[in-house]
Amino acid sequence: MENMFERQCEIAWCPGCGNFGLRKIVLSALKELNLDQRNTVFVSGIGQAAKAPQYMNVHYFNGLHGRALPAATGIKIANPDLTVIVESGDGDMYGEGGNHFLHTIRRNPDITVIVHNNMVYGLTKGQASPTSQKNMVTPIQVEGVFETPLNPLSLAIALDASFVARGSVGEPELTKELIKNAILHKGFALVDVFQACVSFNKINTHKWFKENTYKIDETYNPEDKIKAFELALKEYPFPLGLFYINKNKVVFEENLPLYKKSKEPLYKRKNDNIKDLLILKK
Amino acid sequence: MQNKLSIVLAGEAGQGIQSVENLLVLIFKKDGYNIFATKEYMSRIRGGVNSTTIIISDKPIIAWHEDIDLFLPFSYEAINRFKDKINYSTRIIVDKKYINYENSIDIPFNKTAEEIGSTIFSNTIIAGFLASLFNVNIEILKKTIFDVFAKKGKEIVDKNIIAAVRGYDLAKNYFEIFKINIQKDKKVAEQFLLNGADAISLGAVAGGCNACFAYPMTPSTSVFTNMALYSKKYDIAIEQVEDEIGVINMALGCWYAGGRALVTTSGGGFALMTEGLSLSGMTETPVVIHLAQRPGPATGLPTRTEQGDLNLALYAGHGVFPRIIYAPGNLQQAFYLSALAFNMADKYQIPVFIMSDQYFIDTYYNTEELPLNSVKSENYFVKTDINYKRYKITEDGISLRGIPGYGDGLIAVDSDEHDEDGRITEDLNGISLQMKNKRLKKFIKIKEATLEPVLYGQREYKILLIGWGSTHNIILSALENIKNNDLAFLFFSQVYPLHEKTKDYLRNAVKVIVIENNATGQFADLITKETGFETKYRILKYNGLQFTVEELVKKITEMI
Ligand SMILES: Cc1ncc(C[n+]2csc(CCOP(=O)(O)OP(=O)(O)O)c2C)c(N)n1
Ligand SMILES: [Mg+2]
Repeated sequence: MENMFERQCEIAWCPGCGNFGLRKIVLSALKELNLDQRNTVFVSGIGQAAKAPQYMNVHYFNGLHGRALPAATGIKIANPDLTVIVESGDGDMYGEGGNHFLHTIRRNPDITVIVHNNMVYGLTKGQASPTSQKNMVTPIQVEGVFETPLNPLSLAIALDASFVARGSVGEPELTKELIKNAILHKGFALVDVFQACVSFNKINTHKWFKENTYKIDETYNPEDKIKAFELALKEYPFPLGLFYINKNKVVFEENLPLYKKSKEPLYKRKNDNIKDLLILKK
Repeated sequence: MQNKLSIVLAGEAGQGIQSVENLLVLIFKKDGYNIFATKEYMSRIRGGVNSTTIIISDKPIIAWHEDIDLFLPFSYEAINRFKDKINYSTRIIVDKKYINYENSIDIPFNKTAEEIGSTIFSNTIIAGFLASLFNVNIEILKKTIFDVFAKKGKEIVDKNIIAAVRGYDLAKNYFEIFKINIQKDKKVAEQFLLNGADAISLGAVAGGCNACFAYPMTPSTSVFTNMALYSKKYDIAIEQVEDEIGVINMALGCWYAGGRALVTTSGGGFALMTEGLSLSGMTETPVVIHLAQRPGPATGLPTRTEQGDLNLALYAGHGVFPRIIYAPGNLQQAFYLSALAFNMADKYQIPVFIMSDQYFIDTYYNTEELPLNSVKSENYFVKTDINYKRYKITEDGISLRGIPGYGDGLIAVDSDEHDEDGRITEDLNGISLQMKNKRLKKFIKIKEATLEPVLYGQREYKILLIGWGSTHNIILSALENIKNNDLAFLFFSQVYPLHEKTKDYLRNAVKVIVIENNATGQFADLITKETGFETKYRILKYNGLQFTVEELVKKITEMI
């Protein structure tokens, strides 16, 4: 059956890019969830990954490099009925947008954040990203990457993000289910997705990701924060699956006084009682 | 002739100058005095010297004057700082227990406060004392104290009322020394008392603002605080964002999805927003920015005033895109323009600025009416159908703005150059160029909607004074004080784009003098650039304080 979210168009990614795999996964997740196209908004920053919404039939706000999260939060504030999904790259989310990443987790709006983690800056041709592995040589990091890679999962768990998962393009079924659950989850949901950049990352290839990941055991309980933190720190191989879920967090936009009073989105509201506001100033 | 009297209270931060000001402006206004108050303060929570000027008058008083009739120094440093400003006619009131100064009048405020339990009541005693010198109705005094302290509980209310009444009675022994006699006006009691921050915030609510995002930065924060205060009653979403970059991007997301968000910031914070401003231009997403100026560069003088960020607002953001900049000069304009900003942003899908500064934000006076009936919130978004294109090429460059969730169309906006569907494009001579031209066409549309500058004084003038923003009332008051039949004042409440008629006004003048609270004359330069007219006569001040009326009278007189 045809997927209404799928757009027939030219796609500007390199042949063999992991983005294609993730695109397929996202499209089937949207379809399987039977989401209403008219109520689904994608938000992205800038980068190869951030172009993803352009190739789908969805509403989108393709904003600035690193700034998808505040825009997504603003959208939720204006209309909490919309399903808001952020899709962007590792550089975009964890580098340029790092501060927003921290504080949006704290804020906990009901959004899903899918990060195409190829451990490199693709669009700008191969510089190190915050998740690049140590010693990776690039045109800029000519002696190899010196910095400790950022671990988005342990960081998110430390901030008590309400849903924290890692998928991989090499595991499409698992990743699709993670994304579906992330969208269904109420609150901030992070799905970091391993994927290869065939042009600029010769280390973390499709094969490398296959060999350096494993699925989290089915008996694992994601509601235990300390265990989740421990699991998130595991590397080489890296676990895949749902690390942490906190179902008790209050959702940011629902906590705004104006939505406690009424569920109506902002565009439907009218304020006509400004006259009594002025009396205050007499 | 206007009969007025000015009180200056000066002391360390934390000594309570501000609370005396807050009480007195309310008490005097409610008793029917025309009132004006402004403050200047240091960027510190304790110590230093802060001061507040309160002018009480029989006629409306809207601008800062520098004479001091009653001076109440709370510290020796305060005396030092004001030495040059006090003259033979200034009455100096001190409590000799703490401060001794020649020719001053000693009033035992602290002793009186100790009698009722604590020196913390001395500020309320001072308020009661001054109210009494002006023959304020004691019931108004008590009622105001009650209203102001009510939130703090009965005991505090009662003690402060006692303190105020003690101060009130204490003053009776000094009536003969001060002999104050200023006419009250019953009408004033019914008027509004607001400062610039109030007018801007109320205007925003009237303009349909339903979200306000900011990161705290003086002097813009008072608007944020006001919006938070109104948020419950008027259903306004408030969020203190992690930084100003987040602020503007949140606001754009909010507008995109059908909200009407205000951001409020000052120079440094706005500097961080410039990429977001450019995003507003590119995606044609409306946004309203309140930019409250303070002196830069960098952190500059955080609590001082300057009109130094006009160039910043004019040129901020990479690339070319239209914008509107309003610069209200009085409370009515602030209210009106703040509301209008929302409608214009929505209509033309552009960023709109409201420019103020510390002086404007912190200055209070009573005012008859706010133009409530001439503002309304206008929405311009549309319900979309399946064929909707966000950036459809149109005659005037304006495409209908759809929002997600309202109708069947898909709303795709893109910070990349895009086609009508909001899809990325590099078709340089095709749709990409058409999009550039589409945005350029909006310059023409917004120019047509520009507000005319207002002319005061002689219709047949030879000398034309020009001002914008917060200097309006001061230049106007100076104009009234200078008797010259050749003199007029042209005021711009919209500084960009400039109105077509600007040239005609300039052509009719023999001499043009531009008055600005900045070091180089940024608006004068803009006028020259836009009209080709020379603007070499400039009266500029940039020490972090606003002009006073006296100062301007002198400088204008020298120059004409
Ligand atoms: C403010 C700003 N700085 C820098 C850039 C240039 N830039 C565009 S994408 C990008 C990095 C992209 O990396 P990532 O987010 O990992 O996406 P990828 O291309 O790898 O999918 C950079 C540095 C920009 N567009 N804006
Ligand atoms: Mg990347």
